[in-house]
This record gives sequence, structure tokens and C-alpha cells, in this order.
Amino acid sequence: MKKAKTVKAAAAVSMGLPPAEDRRERSLVTPEGVDLRVRLGDAGERASALMIDLAIMAGVLIAFSLLTLLAFIGSKGKGGEVIGTVWVLVFFVLRNLYFTLFELTPRAATPGKRAMGLRVAARNGGRLTADAIFARNAMREIELYLPLSFLLTNGDQVGALVNLAGLVWCGVFLLFPLFNRDRLRVGDLVAGTWVVKAPARKLVPDLVQSSRPAVGRFNFTMAQLDAYGVKELHVLEDVLRRFEMKTVMLVAARIRLKIGWKASPDESDGDFLAAYYAALRGRLESRLLLGKRRKDKFDKS
Amino acid sequence: MAELHLKSYRFRAEREDDWRRLERLLTKVGKGSPKALSDEELLALPVLYRQALSSLSVARATSLDQSLVDYLESLSARAYFLVYGVRSSLFERLGGFFGHAWPAAAKALWRETLVSFLLTAIGVAAAYFLTLHDPDWFSAFVPDSLAGGRGPAASVESMRATLYDAGGDHKGLSIFAASLFTHNSGVAIFAFALGFAFCLPTAMLMAYNGAMLGAFLAAFGSKGLGFEVGGWLAIHGVTEISAVILAGAAGLRIGWTLAFPGDLSRPAAMAQAGRQSATLMGGVVVMLFCAGILEGVGRQVIQNDFVRYGVGLATLIAWPVYLYLPRRLRVIP
Repeated sequence: MKKAKTVKAAAAVSMGLPPAEDRRERSLVTPEGVDLRVRLGDAGERASALMIDLAIMAGVLIAFSLLTLLAFIGSKGKGGEVIGTVWVLVFFVLRNLYFTLFELTPRAATPGKRAMGLRVAARNGGRLTADAIFARNAMREIELYLPLSFLLTNGDQVGALVNLAGLVWCGVFLLFPLFNRDRLRVGDLVAGTWVVKAPARKLVPDLVQSSRPAVGRFNFTMAQLDAYGVKELHVLEDVLRRFEMKTVMLVAARIRLKIGWKASPDESDGDFLAAYYAALRGRLESRLLLGKRRKDKFDKS
Repeated sequence: MAELHLKSYRFRAEREDDWRRLERLLTKVGKGSPKALSDEELLALPVLYRQALSSLSVARATSLDQSLVDYLESLSARAYFLVYGVRSSLFERLGGFFGHAWPAAAKALWRETLVSFLLTAIGVAAAYFLTLHDPDWFSAFVPDSLAGGRGPAASVESMRATLYDAGGDHKGLSIFAASLFTHNSGVAIFAFALGFAFCLPTAMLMAYNGAMLGAFLAAFGSKGLGFEVGGWLAIHGVTEISAVILAGAAGLRIGWTLAFPGDLSRPAAMAQAGRQSATLMGGVVVMLFCAGILEGVGRQVIQNDFVRYGVGLATLIAWPVYLYLPRRLRVIP
């Protein structure tokens, strides 16, 4: 048992990865050989993105129709042919090329996807090619437009049973993303793409730097620094970054108890935690350099 | 004690400027196009990207600052999508598509094209003979909305009238062409997408499409208008029917690969087949655009049977020559 644990820890160290906890995290290996560990967009985000896009398409179509109507009235029916042609072509572009054209831009996302922080990427880590984008969006014909048209047809034209069968058949495609691990639509499957979350993060100040002035007064023994592992360090980092007074107080009391630290009367909880964080990180990082990644406080290696 | 000796802190202090510079470039591109960058910045981008990747590897191995690792992951991912993302201009892409990708895709899918063609031909033949034998079959193959008064019951004169434009004014032709084009592309894309259900719906659609054609031909042929309807059809039909056959071929390739992926894993095979047939589908839309113009404008303006046949023959030669004639090999960009 113990051996298995060590082997697992060693594997984690050699790959430089903490144990995978997020089920939506996937490895995306760049051509340079680095695993970027992207997070897939979940079903809710994808659905919201689609709703936003559909709303935009409907809005543009309505606005454009009103505009053509105005132009038609303005031209007193003379320019009807040109206006009609333009309307038909605009409708075609909106329906079939809206997604494709937006995903062909460097951001590889429609406005809806951009709003949800999503983008399309090639599953194999290579370049996202135009044919892949075309393929994934041509499939929308059966995934999106066919169900929509089924909903819009009135029941008189075809029998209720036929309509029902059609809806079930469409439902298979519509709900396809919910039944596979990578949340792939049929279009994604056919094109070899997936939709990933690509948020922009800010570089926040290092906690060690921001807490430096207060740290000098604390001296921890080796035994006190060996009380915790990486997992607890990351929790502590989180607590310090949020800095909610109540949590800080509780955590400080807990750690003092665990390592047997006697608080001097003028020391604040925040200073203590910052100092302990810096010292613990220094200790764990120096062990890390020697190839020992101490996973958590139960890890005795 | 430890804070001054933290290697991860010194590591960050040394590299931080480069990360910030990369982040600035990414933000700049995010706001505009890649052209927003100067030459110098464009050259710096891959270098900074690789530095960020190496920083990420080092940080994962040596730093326990979780926010730093998260930041570097996000930064590297954003830079990766820019460096390896869609970058060539639209013009280059179009050149590559017409010069190389489309004909290559058509050649690669020749087997499916043949099958799709045969299915259509069988449909034409079956419907033609059935309708000749018993005119009632016509209404079974052709929906009323498409027939537009044509059919075995109509008189020869009214049938002839549908083949030629009566009046001299060509009002509403471009709108007619545009709606034909959008309708046909819709059908073609539908045929392609349906291929996903293991070929069957696509195969049926191909045969049915052929059957409609066969019934039409039989309805006119039985009235002694065979030659005239040939011209009426040839001018745009060669392009349009070829496009639909190619769309069917693309659909068949998808369904076939789903059922029999071959040496590759199923998702990998699907991705490969999907890209190839999507390229072909791009070409199909272009062909249908041409067909829409020929049908909507050309057929109404040109009323002479021989000129109609001439245009049809020209397209019959031009498309295969363009798609299938061997050409110099080019390095795929």
C-alpha cells in the first residue's frame, strides 16, 4: 500500500503534475511537448453561448428585415429585385456562415463563445484548420436547424407519429454532447475539434513578496515545517489571497495548535499565517528540488 | 529565514518582464487583428511563447505558488492558440482552396462519388421507366409544389411553355437565382450531414433525387419534348446534379468512416474524413452558386436549345477537367 502510494507520488513528480482532480481537465500537448492542461467548456457554458449566438442572429435578421422593408418603401417598389436578392443572400450567410466566419478569425470563437470565455481548438494539439471549422459547422444542419424546423412545422402536414419520431431522432444529436466524456457535439467529432475554456488570468503579486516585512520575527523549527504538505500549502495560499478575517483567525488557531506555536501577545493572525506560508513553501520547495513532492500532511515520504 | 532564499521567488523576479511583454502582445492582438503587431513584435512572439512554455515547465517542477502556475498555464494557452491558430489571410486561404484543396478532396473521394453517381443513375432509370409505363408514378416521385403544373396530365403546349420564358422581360431573375442557390445549398449540406447516420439517409436522398429527375424526363419525353427538356436541364443541371452527387459522396464518406474506421481509431478517422469531405462541401457550395446563376439568369435569358446544350456541354467538360486532371504537386501549407 505504502509502496503504491510512493510510486504514484513519484510519477506525479516526474510529470510535474499534481493529481488530476478536475474531471473536465484534459491534456493538450503542444508541438514543443509541454502539456497545457486545458479545461473543457461544460454543457451549461456551451448552451449559453449558443443562446447568445442565436439571439444575435435573430436580432440581426429582424433589424435587417426592417431595413430592407424601409428601403423597399423608400424606393417605391423600384429596387425590389436588388433588395430581395440581398435579403436572401444575407439570410443564407447568417444561417450557414455565421459560425464558420467567426470561428475563422484568430480568436476562433463566435461572440457567444467569446462572452463565455470559450474557443474552438483542434483535439490533436495542432493548428485549427479552415476545413475543420467548416466541417463542425456544416453538421449544425442536423444538430440545430433540423430540430428547429421540426419544432416549427405544424402537425397537420405530417402525422403526429412521424413528427415524434423526428423529434426523438433530432434529440439524439441535440443531446449528443451530454453523453460523451469530452462534451463533443457531432460536429466536433467529425471535425476533430473541441471547445475549451481559455480565460485570461492576471498575474497577482507573490504572497512571499507582499508579506516580507513582517516575516523576520518568526522562526519555525524543522519539525514545525514538516507538519503539512503541498495540498495544505495551496489551501493556505487561497486563504491568504482571500483574506477573510474569520477564516484567517480560524486557520491561524488551527495551525498554532497543530505545530504547538505559542503566540506572543502582539502578533497578528495575518502576519503569523504569511510567515508560516513563506517558511513552509521554502521548506517544501527545497525538498521538491531534491525530487520529493510531499503531497499532503499524510504523505510520510 | 527562508524568504530571501526562495528560488521560486527569484525565478519569478527574473522572468516576469518577459511574461508581461507577452501578455501585452496578446492583449493587443485580442483587440485587433494580427496586423496590429509591428514586425519586431511578430518576430518576438514565438520566442516569448517558447519562453513562457519553458517557464511553465520550470514552475510546475519547482514552484509551489499555485497562482503563478495557473497564470503561466493561462498565458501559455493563450499564446499557443495565437501561434498555432488560424493565421493565414483570407486571400491565401481562398487561393489554397481553389488551387489545391478542393480538387485534391474530390480526387480522394472518387469511390464515394462513383457510388453516389450510380445511386442517382439508378434512381433516374427506375423512375423514368416506371413513369413511362404508368404515368401515375409521376406524382409519387415529384411533390406537387415542385411540379408546378407540369406532369403527365398537362397538355403538350403548357408543358412546352414551362421550358421557355414567355415574355421578354427578365424581372426578378436575380432574386430567383439567389433563392435557388440557397435552397440547393441547404439540400446539399443536409445530404452531407445526414451521412453521419451510417450512409443510409444520404443514399436514399441520392436515389430519390435521381428519381425526381427521371420522372421529369419521362413526363416530358412521353410528350415528345425530350430534346427540349434536355436543353432546359443541361444548362444548369450538369453543374447542379454534379454538386449534389459530390455532396452525397461527402456524406457517404462520413457514414462509411463511422462504420468502418480502418487502421485509425474511430475519432481520429472521423476527424480526417470529416475535414476532407468538408473541403469538398465547400466546393459543392461554390458549384451550386454557379448553378443558381445559370438556372436563374442563364436559362431565362438563353432560349435557344442548341446554345443551352452548348453551355451544358461546356460545364460537363470543365468541371471534371478542373477537379480530376492531374496537376503539379504542391507542398501543403
